[in-house]
Amino acid sequence: MKITPLIGLEVHVELETKSKMFCGCPADHFSKAPNTQTCPVCLGLPGALPVPNKKAIESCIKIGLAVNCSINRLSKFDRKQYFYPDLSKGYQISQYDEPFCSEGFITLDSGKKIGVERVHQEEDTGKLQHTNLNGEKVTLVDFNRSGVPLVEIVSKPDMASSTEAKEYLKKIHEIIRAIGVSNADMEKGQMRLEPTINVCIENESGTHYTPLVEVKNINSFNFASQAIDFEIKRQVEEFEKTGIEKTPTNKTTRGYDAIKKVTFLQRTKEEAKDYRYFPEPDIPPFIIEDEVVEKLRRELPLLPHQEISSLEKIGVDAKDAKILVSLQNRVAIQIIHDYSDDNRVEVNKLASLIVNGKLDPAEHVLVQYEKLTKVGNTDTAELSKIVQKIIDNNPGIVAEYKKGKTNVLGFFVGQAMKETHGSASPQALTKILKEKLDS
Amino acid sequence: MKPLHALSISEVHAGYLNKDFTCVELVKHFLKRIDKYNPKLNIFLDLNENALKQAAEVDIEIAEKGIDRELLGIPMAIKDNFLTVGISTTASSNILKGFMPQYESSVTGKLLAAGAIFLGKTNMDSFAHGSSTETSDFGPTLNPWNPEKLPGGSSGGSAAAISAQLATAALGSETAGSIRQPAAWVGVTGLKPTYGRAGRYGCIAMASSTDSPGPLTRSVADAALITRVISGEDPYDATTSPTPVEDYPSFLNRKDLKGIKIGLVKEYLMSSMSEDVKKLILDAADKFRELGATVEEVSLMDPKYGIGVYTVVQRSEVSSNLARFDGIRFGNSRDTFCQESKRRIMLGTYTLSAGYYDAFYKKAEAVRTKMIDEFAEVFKTFDAVIGAVSPTPALSVGATKDQPMFGEMEDVLVEPSSVAGLTSVGLPCGFVDDLPIGLQITCAQFQESKAIAIADCFQRNTDFQKFPDLDKTL
Repeated sequence: MKITPLIGLEVHVELETKSKMFCGCPADHFSKAPNTQTCPVCLGLPGALPVPNKKAIESCIKIGLAVNCSINRLSKFDRKQYFYPDLSKGYQISQYDEPFCSEGFITLDSGKKIGVERVHQEEDTGKLQHTNLNGEKVTLVDFNRSGVPLVEIVSKPDMASSTEAKEYLKKIHEIIRAIGVSNADMEKGQMRLEPTINVCIENESGTHYTPLVEVKNINSFNFASQAIDFEIKRQVEEFEKTGIEKTPTNKTTRGYDAIKKVTFLQRTKEEAKDYRYFPEPDIPPFIIEDEVVEKLRRELPLLPHQEISSLEKIGVDAKDAKILVSLQNRVAIQIIHDYSDDNRVEVNKLASLIVNGKLDPAEHVLVQYEKLTKVGNTDTAELSKIVQKIIDNNPGIVAEYKKGKTNVLGFFVGQAMKETHGSASPQALTKILKEKLDS
Repeated sequence: MKPLHALSISEVHAGYLNKDFTCVELVKHFLKRIDKYNPKLNIFLDLNENALKQAAEVDIEIAEKGIDRELLGIPMAIKDNFLTVGISTTASSNILKGFMPQYESSVTGKLLAAGAIFLGKTNMDSFAHGSSTETSDFGPTLNPWNPEKLPGGSSGGSAAAISAQLATAALGSETAGSIRQPAAWVGVTGLKPTYGRAGRYGCIAMASSTDSPGPLTRSVADAALITRVISGEDPYDATTSPTPVEDYPSFLNRKDLKGIKIGLVKEYLMSSMSEDVKKLILDAADKFRELGATVEEVSLMDPKYGIGVYTVVQRSEVSSNLARFDGIRFGNSRDTFCQESKRRIMLGTYTLSAGYYDAFYKKAEAVRTKMIDEFAEVFKTFDAVIGAVSPTPALSVGATKDQPMFGEMEDVLVEPSSVAGLTSVGLPCGFVDDLPIGLQITCAQFQESKAIAIADCFQRNTDFQKFPDLDKTL
């Protein structure tokens, strides 16, 4: 029996524009007093109309370009209709059959390409708070988030493991941050993940596909990875038990319980929603000219994979380059490039010192670098003095060492590190210590 | 001197400047008439309690600066689907009964900025769902010419307010016939601007892709003035057009119609139309010839297709637009929707459902495109097309009962131009059985100036703009 998981991901990213998607209210809603950032439009009052935010659409197109999508010349908004108390208009303005961007890809480190089906623009909903008020169980609605621009990035079911899914997500996360359209802070809910999973099972009776399962609203890469692994296992077991295969209508929706580490059923096909999409009549269709796309393309900064290879090219270790880029440490990356032609500095060492937190790229870099490389590697006489002092001050512990309790060496190294403010190399210290103690 | 309620906008302004009367006097005069006739006609749903205070401010302004705002001190009646701060707005529905708007609609805001005084809000078909005012949750408005008849709709209250002379001018909105049809049935002038000419922000949406705010007035001249005030790009409505607004009143008073080519639409002289109505339209065509225009028969798509397209598109949009009235944050619960609104929500929900969308909505949009192309082709040769607004004079109260498609049948002659987003003026062209009949003059998009010039020339050279003597008719 051969098992191949088929994993697709829907990623929602809240854009950090100044104003909301269809009105002038501030888009930054995090920890603001409830319902203080609202207006007739995002409250869905009678007669209110949406006016699209150009900046947000540009950000959406930039994301599309960064994941290698083609930008559609003709696009439009549609209404996605469902009832929920946090949805002020009774519909969400989204994009159905003519998104701004389609058919892109992300390349994993292995070289495997994960297809991106579409990148489209929509708006966020309000938030419900279930709470107690004057001893009564109530649900309150906060519309500060209502109408905040949201971009949805939909992949193809091209990932075959949770590891690949996690790598894909990390790359998306890095790209979003690199192009500066959002911090994509998972804890603030600025990036939300929805994996869709099923499994291709090849056995003696042929090739079978298990029913699709969409896992809703996950807010961490690890949870996404755990949910995927759980689903793969669950679906294979379920198939072995029931033999039920995928049909066009038996997709189900599940939630993820991060404490129990299990997914649980939320909605079956009987409850599947018909969103009754139709073109949003309040917003005319868009024609996006090539010049606009090219202008946005020119505005894109180096993307993470481009930045990593540019660091590698000047001599930074691949591991360090990846860390620097994933941390989006702009200052450090710039400094490393600045010193790449300076023969007083070895770029790979500089990068490693920064990555290990020993050198602060915002301070006098050269001074720090020289001190660190000098003390750590060359000035053994200085270290020797420090070590001698520590030995002299701790005769009891020296005695213990001599009795054969060699693990006290760690104590001496620690003391010496403290003395040198962490600038000494532990290896060098250990060497000196051993020489002195064993003599 | 004419009575105060019978003055046009320019006559009111002349009266103010001559000190013949003050704004307070004019507003008081109208309030008195409203007090007297409204209980019978049911035109106003709510009155502006600050009207007299605002009138006093206008008098001070005129004394200090004269009249430098276009509608300064003009008492107006406003259809109840426009949000007006300080005056309740219900769209004649129980679900919004007592709703006090938090913001001012774009067009009423422009009217206020131009100095207009709102007397109150007028009755309409509930959520504009109808062509009679009979779907109003607050009872129908009656036709000032004959209280046994309907005023048409959905802007029936605003049209009747002009016919009954309870305001100098009125604001309505048209989705498909909702200005022109009531104007025809009560015998006043109504102008439907091009879709996207006047902003819809703050106008409770009926069918978003055809809703157009417009005036109902005593004359084409008054309509031209108000259209100039309410037109223009609205930063709060993405569907408004940046096309510059023309100075519509400057197109009035054209001597004749030489060089104007008018199309008389063959298919709009339907077989079901009464001979009397048909004759008045043919008479109007002769009048245009007399004024120097050439009039030729022209063929358009059978208007019955307009009904199909409009019904599908409008019901779909309605089902979506009314979703926000969920009874959670404002208004009453959804069971307080009137029967007609419920029917439209059901039908629209059905036409948008998975599997039906392609068969209904998509097909309707395709036919709509064809209609737009067809009109565009006609307007390559013709300046305007004319026809009757409604195939019949005003029908009797109760006529809509058990006729869910009543509005569509009545609006058959106005729906194609609405679906195509054109501009059109409706104005009286005679009487049948002592009830007024309306003529429509329809022009290409953003050709308001042309429609106004033609309609105004016709109106000044005919004598059909009459007002009933309420003490006799009621």
